[in-house]
Formats: sequence, C-alpha cells, structure tokens
Amino acid sequence: MVTALEVVEGIKSGNISCEELLLQIYERIERSELNCFITLNKEAAVREAREVDKRREEEEYRRKKLLGVPVAVKDSISTRGIQTTCASKILTGYVPPFDATVVAALKKEGAIIVGKTNMDEFCMGSSTETSYYGPTKNPHDLTRVPGGSSGGSAAAVSAGETILALGSDTGGSIRCPASFCGIVGLKPTYGFVSRYGLIAYANSLEQIGPMASTVTDTALLLEIVSAKDEQDSTQIKIQNNASTNYCFSWLNGTRNEREEIKGMTIGVPKEFIEGSSPEVERSVWDAIHKYEDLGATYGEISMRNLKYALASYYIIAMSEASSNLARFDGLRYGLRTGKDEDWHTTFSRIRSEGFGEEVKRRIILGTYALSAGYYGKYYLKALKVRTLIKNEFEEALKTYDILAMPTMPFVAFKLGERIKDPLSLYLADVNTVSVNLAGVPSLSIPCGVSHGLPIGLQLVGKHFEEDELLKAAFVYEQNIP
Amino acid sequence: MIRKEEIEHIAWLARVALREDEKDLFEQQLSSILDYFAVLDEADTTDVEPTYHVIGITDVVREDEPKEALSQPEVLRNAPKKEQGYFKSPRIL
Repeated sequence: MVTALEVVEGIKSGNISCEELLLQIYERIERSELNCFITLNKEAAVREAREVDKRREEEEYRRKKLLGVPVAVKDSISTRGIQTTCASKILTGYVPPFDATVVAALKKEGAIIVGKTNMDEFCMGSSTETSYYGPTKNPHDLTRVPGGSSGGSAAAVSAGETILALGSDTGGSIRCPASFCGIVGLKPTYGFVSRYGLIAYANSLEQIGPMASTVTDTALLLEIVSAKDEQDSTQIKIQNNASTNYCFSWLNGTRNEREEIKGMTIGVPKEFIEGSSPEVERSVWDAIHKYEDLGATYGEISMRNLKYALASYYIIAMSEASSNLARFDGLRYGLRTGKDEDWHTTFSRIRSEGFGEEVKRRIILGTYALSAGYYGKYYLKALKVRTLIKNEFEEALKTYDILAMPTMPFVAFKLGERIKDPLSLYLADVNTVSVNLAGVPSLSIPCGVSHGLPIGLQLVGKHFEEDELLKAAFVYEQNIP
Repeated sequence: MIRKEEIEHIAWLARVALREDEKDLFEQQLSSILDYFAVLDEADTTDVEPTYHVIGITDVVREDEPKEALSQPEVLRNAPKKEQGYFKSPRIL
C-alpha cells in the first residue's frame, strides 16, 4: 500500500493518476466484506480527483500538502453535504450544512473525502458493534471486531480502503482500533485539535486525531488538522503548530533518527501491564528492550490510582453524554416519527426509537450520576479522582520523557463475545481511558502479532509534546524488521 | 443496586421511554455497573479539587462583528417538520 507522502509526490510528478487511485479504492470498498463505511462520497471524490489530475502543475495545487490523498472521515465528524449519522438511527438522513474545522482544513490542503466511516453509535463502544449500520469486521480475521469506536476508520486504513483516516478518541476510540487493526493512531493533547463540528459525546475528554499506516503519515495528518480555529473555545491559542510542523519535517527529512533517541527515558507503569495477556506483555517488553538497544533507558514505576480510572472515566463520560445528547429531540434535525402528541411524550418516544441500547444505557446512568442525591457520590467524586490521576501522570512525566504500555490488554476479540455484557466491554478500556482523564497525548503503534492478530504499543507523552511521541514511534518503526 | 422504579423515574427525567424488556435488562446491568463504580469510595479525595477541564481554560472572545451565517433554508433543510420558515414543535402546553 502506498503512503500519503508517496501519493502526494506521485501526483505532483505525474506518476500517479489521482482518478485511477480513487477508482481502485472504491473498487476495493465495493468488493469488501468489512463494512467500513456508512456513506460513500464517490461521485464528488472522483470528480475532484479528475480536477487534481488536470491542475496538478498549477502553483496553487503544487502547494497543497495532501494533494489528491484519499481520507476517510469518521461519521462523528460533520461534513457539509455528506450524510453524517454518528452511526445512529436518530441521525439517519442528516446532512450537515457546514464542515467541521478539521474537514475544512483537509479540503484546503487538497485531500479527497472517500466517505464516512462506521463506528460505535455516538462513539459509545470499543468494538464498532453498537453501530445502527451493523458491525465492522477486523481485516485480519473476519470473525473478530476491529476495535472501536473508530473501527471503520482503522479497518479501512488497514485494508487499503483509504490512505488516511480521521477518528475521534474519548476514551481510546482511536488507539483501540489502531491496536486491533495494526495501524498507527494518535490522540492529541486535549485542546490541540479543534472540536468544532465533532458531534459531542463527552466534551472534556475527546479529541479528533489522525490514523494512518505509517508514523510519518500520522504526523502529516496531525499537522493539518491541528490548524487554529476560533470556533472552539477550548482549543489552546498560545501554541501555534510549531511542534508538529517541526516533527513532520524532521520525520520527512534525512536526520539520523537513532541519535534523537539516545538518552530518552521511558517510564513503564506496572499497573498497565499486569492485566495483559502473556503474548501482549511479551511484545510490549520486546518493544521496550528494543528502545533500550537504540539508546533509551527505562524504569518501572507504579501508578496507584490507575485502579480508579475506569470508574472515574465512565461516570464523567456518561454524565457529559446525558447532557449532550439532550439535543436530539427530532425538532431541528433527525428522526421524527408518528403523530405529534404533547412535547414530553413525543420527545421521549422519538429518543426511544432513535437511540440504540448502549446509548440509552449511558444516558440513564449519566442522568442518574447527575441527579439530586447522587451527584456528590458519583459525578463530583469522579472529578476529584480525575485530579489524582492527572497528577499521577504529570508526576511520572516529570521523571520520564514518555511512558510505554500495552494499548489494549489483549488482541481483537470475537464479534459477539462481549457485547451482551456491557461491563466486560468497559473493562477492555482500562489502559486507554486514563490518558483522556489526564488530557495527555498518546499514540498506538503496532509492536507485534499473535496468531495473526496485531498488538499495539501505547506511548504517552507530556501535554503538547506530540513531537516527542511521534519521534519515538518513528525510531521504533524504522528499526523493527 | 438500582430498582426498576428508579430506572423508570430516571428514564422520564432523561426523556427516553424504555420498553418493559429494556427496564428488566437495565435493572440487572446497571446494578452491576454501579457496584463496579463503588470502587471510587476507596479513593481518598480529602482536600482534592475536582478537575472539570485538564487544560486551564480562559474565556475566548472575538470581535463582535457581523459575519456571514447559514441561510434560513440551510438551517431548516434538515428539519422534519417546518412551517412558514419556522421549526414546528409538538404542543408544549
């Protein structure tokens, strides 16, 4: 499979026909059994590809950093004129009248939107099985889940049904499927990428981020989607994109990468490894020893509050969701069925028909956690525990440059294996959710295979030091067989 | 533990009508999830401030200048029911 960088170069030099590339990709999608996409953008995409081929030599086109690169966009991200459902029945048929800031940034740089990828309904899940449009399958084993919630994006990159993809990550939704599908996925620091146009699940936790088959492509896509935006008041304004710009040019240059990693210190929190399967544990330690061979040093550490992360995360996420999802009332957009009765009855009925089971479960639990009498016990307590976890990460990252651990405690599980028992599905997120609570950046990179199923290494860095993470991942990628 | 009557009450507050089978299923599932959440009781949070947002957020204001916004037809395009340029709501009173 070609990389985004090769596509851009090939198109600019005339060695790759953008139209042919797009047609190949759509042919693959149309033959595919994976169910990666909810909506395809074929007609417009092929038209744009022809335009790219025709105008590739014009100065304006030559400057575009993603010229002609096919990008798949998770269906939680608004795309003007293309149906955006968040994999829910309640938004079926909804066509946003505006682009999310990240989508506008992609278009400005010449990227072509392949389509909208499948996901867990409203990002609520870790397996892409809660989608109203049916599950996505893992390209490495069709009987297994691709991870979630950005499962369609990860599977599409892995299977060559796109070159790049965007996901969103509230508690691991980029890193989990990246791990299960054997690709690279990065969740930026909270506040690094604009959330304008991202359909909100839990605002204080989520970020849009890049998914790709190589670290360099990941850095390139991050550089573009982290464009500044005045429409998101939580996007940090003091930083410009120096950090990722620098990183991408470095990765794309000819620097001796081994030099960059000498002296890097890696913290390995034992609580993140303890619950993992033996093959995951072995692969992650192999990766850490590889870093040692390359000149880094590591130390084992303990993060005692990690055992509270999952409960804290789910309470906060569900509470925010119960408030966010109140906007789906069938008035301005979305499903409106049956005859109108009084407001409350109509509203309750539409939501009952429009939301799937997991979404209802989380709305009910979130409403419960925020209700009089339980607010202090659940919501406020979870926010205080969040402080403890954030402090623990910040403390560990004072001593170490980055932290390393498994992304997921096991390889991709079977379709249907966990979906009937919600708690068992929540428990799979134990290593990813704490990162969102702390707001630090994190990526998953393939570090091994067990019986044909990929294993992911999760690296965690300091706030706004995405460049350190990408560099560390790049050096590893360049030095594994 | 969460009782079925509590679930019914919460579902009403959240404006999500639940079917009988969902209520039974949720009674059992939500109870085991809430049992799991009780792990937080062990965490010592004396004198710990809650974290609402991880990055210190300050107010962001832009110049109050009129800009082009979505047109009325664009705004109404996705509305399932509309009348004379308005969204049409079910009866409220």
